[in-house]
Amino acid sequence: MLRVSSSVRAESQADISREQRQRDVVAALKLVLPHETILFRHEDTVPFECDALTAYRTSPLVVVLPHTEAQVAAVLKTCHKLGVPVVARGAGTGLSGGATPHQSGVILSLAKFNKILKIDAVSCTAIVQCGVRNLAISEAAAAYGLYYAPDPSSQIACTIGGNVAENSGGVHCLKYGLTLHNVLRVRGFMVDGEPVEFGSQALDVAGLDLLSVIVGSEGMLAVTTEVTVKLIPKPLLARCIMASFNDIESAGAAVASVIAHGIIPAGLEMMDRAMTAAVDAFVHADYDLEAAAILLCESDGTPEEVEEEIARMEEVLKAAGASRCEVSRDEAQRLKFWSGRKNAFPASGGISPDYMCMDSTIPRKRLAEMLRAIQQMEVKYDLRCVNVFHAGDGNLHPLILFDAASADEMRRCELFGADILETSVRLGGTVTGEHGVGVEKLNSMCVQFSPAERAQFLGVKRAFDPLELLNPGKVIPTLHRCAEYGKMHVRRGMLPFPELPRF
Amino acid sequence: MDAQDPVLARLLDRVDGAREHHAPLEIRGGGTKRFLGGSPAGEPLDMTELTGITSYEPTELVVTARAGTRLSDLEAALEEQGQCLPFEPPRIAAGGTLGGMVASGLSGPARASVGSVRDHVLGVTLLNGRSEVLTFGGQVAKNVAGYDVSRLMVGAFGVLGILCEVSLKVLPVSILSATLRFDWDETRALEQLGSWSAQPLPINASAWHAGRLHLRLAGARAAVEAACVRLGGEQVDPAQAKDWWTRVRDQSDEFFLLDDASLARGESLWRLSIPAITGALALPGQQFIEWHGAQRWWKTTAGAAQVRDAAARAGGHATLIRGADKSHGVFAPISPVLMRVHHDLKQAFDPARIFNPGRLYAGL
Repeated sequence: MLRVSSSVRAESQADISREQRQRDVVAALKLVLPHETILFRHEDTVPFECDALTAYRTSPLVVVLPHTEAQVAAVLKTCHKLGVPVVARGAGTGLSGGATPHQSGVILSLAKFNKILKIDAVSCTAIVQCGVRNLAISEAAAAYGLYYAPDPSSQIACTIGGNVAENSGGVHCLKYGLTLHNVLRVRGFMVDGEPVEFGSQALDVAGLDLLSVIVGSEGMLAVTTEVTVKLIPKPLLARCIMASFNDIESAGAAVASVIAHGIIPAGLEMMDRAMTAAVDAFVHADYDLEAAAILLCESDGTPEEVEEEIARMEEVLKAAGASRCEVSRDEAQRLKFWSGRKNAFPASGGISPDYMCMDSTIPRKRLAEMLRAIQQMEVKYDLRCVNVFHAGDGNLHPLILFDAASADEMRRCELFGADILETSVRLGGTVTGEHGVGVEKLNSMCVQFSPAERAQFLGVKRAFDPLELLNPGKVIPTLHRCAEYGKMHVRRGMLPFPELPRF
Repeated sequence: MDAQDPVLARLLDRVDGAREHHAPLEIRGGGTKRFLGGSPAGEPLDMTELTGITSYEPTELVVTARAGTRLSDLEAALEEQGQCLPFEPPRIAAGGTLGGMVASGLSGPARASVGSVRDHVLGVTLLNGRSEVLTFGGQVAKNVAGYDVSRLMVGAFGVLGILCEVSLKVLPVSILSATLRFDWDETRALEQLGSWSAQPLPINASAWHAGRLHLRLAGARAAVEAACVRLGGEQVDPAQAKDWWTRVRDQSDEFFLLDDASLARGESLWRLSIPAITGALALPGQQFIEWHGAQRWWKTTAGAAQVRDAAARAGGHATLIRGADKSHGVFAPISPVLMRVHHDLKQAFDPARIFNPGRLYAGL
């Protein structure tokens, strides 16, 4: 009894101090921002409680929606002075909880920075504000026969600022690279509100290549407000082969074989039978539902190039054991092939109350091995899993199907997911290929990195943000957390002390 | 990489000793790029024993090798499998190492089309100033676990740590390449390069010097053949072309060499990295243009201030490559806020300040 009442007292004191804190922060922000850009009533801040990783929710202290760079600087200066954490937010489409609010922090929504400032068809660059949607850049550049290559599946909604934070990929990065390879310059602010630029309109800069660590830093090193991206000429033609395989092993081997023949496809995707069944029911993409796995293999370029490459691809895929190869006749059919792949996530939502999307990368040659391991895990955790892979990059998106209404299914699903990530590290891969660490994969970072490596990450963080106010608590797990998680650090596809028997 | 490895163990001892005795180290591979950057200082730390390709599987498009591996050995292993380092790292002279390639961050003629050395680094194992062996990145192309520390090492001139092992993305050699030659002045060449950039052409490299533009096409057979017909110009004999691009890549063409006489005349070699669309620059001396206009080499008697000003006005920066007088710094000055981050990163990786002091900036 005593314990209960003392904890109730402590809680209400916490509420009072939070309210006081909120009043102080709002009062300080009102000095530098128009009042209508500051949200703090619970009903106003609810939409900001999570990103697309909806299982993790936190109520932010305050949400601000500035619309000028000067206001962003003022917010940062104010928060820095008060020691208040700041979490920058774009469209909130992230899948790893990178934009999950800090309970005593400010959400800096950059949604109003949605202008395309310049499309330059001669230098093949675009200067855009951070809140511009990924697809909007390509749409604006289309008039000049250009486009922005990275195409994460959320591209109709996600913003370029979020892409910079996560180093987003997509289905075409095998040939065209990630966000890092397609961004020239990032303009923004340091944690104390000082303006800063990383990269430039030139191809390199003097000094350390800080742009490399800014891209993919999940908003923990600086706040991005403006981005210069590279545009590339739109290929004149793209054609796609849908290849069927009777077993998963030969599909995995076919992926390696395409690469071994010196072909870099514009896209190379793989889906297992459970996945093709789910998406075909959802969008009718005319997939071969008999196949154990299908590959989508795309070629783009000039008509001459595509003709030459498609012929070589078909030859290699058939030699690798494809039971059927269908080449898209026209653009409509090509888009139909892709419609299934691009709807893999919503289709999974159609066959299960909930699904958890994983995102690890493994060396390509381990694809079949990984799929077999996942099949065993389905038995072990008594849950179904459908699989869609960026096979060309070895980037896996197994979707574990479960019902969140069942606490036990939820628990088994989490164990299943952790098992996939740890197996990926053991196979020589990484716990996140393109979705980021956020809060979701903090535990898995304990498996992939040693305490000294995690301490070095923290050193990098503090070089930019000494007080650790920008998106604190993401990406780098604390020593305590890793100790509690209790999993061993696994290195480079090897277990420590391989000579010891393990069960 | 295993700390029990005798070569790595020796390096660890040296780092411990350097920290204890406050005696900085000059990390040295083949020494082919010692002339770059601030003057080397400290006890030499020889990296050339840390050799060997750790893993290479052509189907993965990834090679991992220890930092002291000779670049020539690495490239020969790739060539055997029909693959290459597509960014064509300049070798300058024989004997250069993988670690030196990454630390200097130099890319060759194809850089504007295929990306830089940084773009192809997937992971590194490094030894920091606290004698910790750390691995960042990995052997897969898509990897966003933690900050991209491995790419921060590219072009860092060793000031943050000792590179021990590096994983690189590699690519198949193009099926066909061809070189076209056009007798055009600088303005016409820059204009044409600008107009081609927005078109889907298989342009892989360009180099303009003394009234002549060389253009290299590479890719699928059909694409290269079609582009040759469309672009015109004079096709260069393949053997001659290969020789020419090698001289450009390795900066061994006569243009890049400064003899004693030219040094005595006060000539320096500068590298200006500027937006490709910048028009002709007005500096005295001779020029060599690469990367479709984004890299302009100047052999000039102009002072550091004049060269840096020309680069800065165009939105880029200038680096002193060869010259008698390094007193104005080799690399362009950076903003105070970025310099603060540089110092704090140095503190985070090498708190005792024992690695390559002054090689990138004075005091770093």
